[in-house]
Amino acid sequence: MVDAALGDLSKWLAATALSHTIQTAGWVIPTLQIIHILGVAVIFTSAILVDLRIWRLLQRDAPLPDVARRFLPTIWPVLLILLITGGLLIVGEPRRSLLNFTFYFKMALLAVALLLTGGLQWSLSAAPEFWDKDRGRRMAGRLVATVSVLLWCGVLFAGRWIAYTQSG
Amino acid sequence: MMPQLQHLIAYLESSGLADNIRENDVLFPLIESVHVLAICLVVGSILAVDLRLLGLASIQRPLRRVMRGILPLTWCAFVVAVASGGLMFISNATKYLENGYFIAKIFLIAAAGLNMVIFHGISGKDLSRWESEARLPLPARLAGGLSILLWVCVVACGRWIGFTMKVG
Repeated sequence: MVDAALGDLSKWLAATALSHTIQTAGWVIPTLQIIHILGVAVIFTSAILVDLRIWRLLQRDAPLPDVARRFLPTIWPVLLILLITGGLLIVGEPRRSLLNFTFYFKMALLAVALLLTGGLQWSLSAAPEFWDKDRGRRMAGRLVATVSVLLWCGVLFAGRWIAYTQSG
Repeated sequence: MMPQLQHLIAYLESSGLADNIRENDVLFPLIESVHVLAICLVVGSILAVDLRLLGLASIQRPLRRVMRGILPLTWCAFVVAVASGGLMFISNATKYLENGYFIAKIFLIAAAGLNMVIFHGISGKDLSRWESEARLPLPARLAGGLSILLWVCVVACGRWIGFTMKVG
């Protein structure tokens, strides 16, 4: 039933004027994808740099809250660009994503990754010493950083995999 | 192209490894996903340094500290990007060499490298005198701006290779 509804939605989207424009102008989809990837690069690198700082692998000379303040706020406006370009890509080729399990897997991973990254940002702005209070907190911080790296890598992998699992 | 290089490429393309990447349904997407992940880190981390050069981010931190805290990630990711890119290349070397976007991408990466060498070797020689200022000298700002431009073009060409070549 859900599949049928998504199929109908895809059909309806594909028939819209906007979808037509995106489909027929050959440069639109590659261009949207390029902007999308550049946005992904910014968000992914920002999250990873903070995770690496938590592991004390990079930027040890800067306090963790400083590193978080320099890199994490960038994520949210760039996320808006990703939602717009991603949304337009769906309108252009609805079946490619809406009828594709990989797409929903990517969205689920993204939701968790964003919650975790947002939580990290919030915790450090509320209490700069949050992840540095004692040994337990430091270990927890490293766990959070590891999960964050895995989640963001998963988002990117799933994103690329959408192209290989589309239902035609 | 030099005949020795041509022989080497032909040899690699006919190797068992190249054959496996070509024929296996999962191997190419897997390598490609790793490549995208690595490229995102390369471009994202370089962008962070470029924005410091332009005086748009991390301006409280001296340039060398910014570079030392970020560029190790860039180099690790670059090694992974070259390795994964090399594997994709040997799987279909002849076709890649006929693809204009591939050639352009290689030259753009070389240009980005040259830009970096010129900055570190010439314009950045007296860096200790001005690296703490928010607004850096013109050559430094130019190097940062040019670097962003070149890497955006690298990503664009990379994505366009996928649309102009039917492999994988």
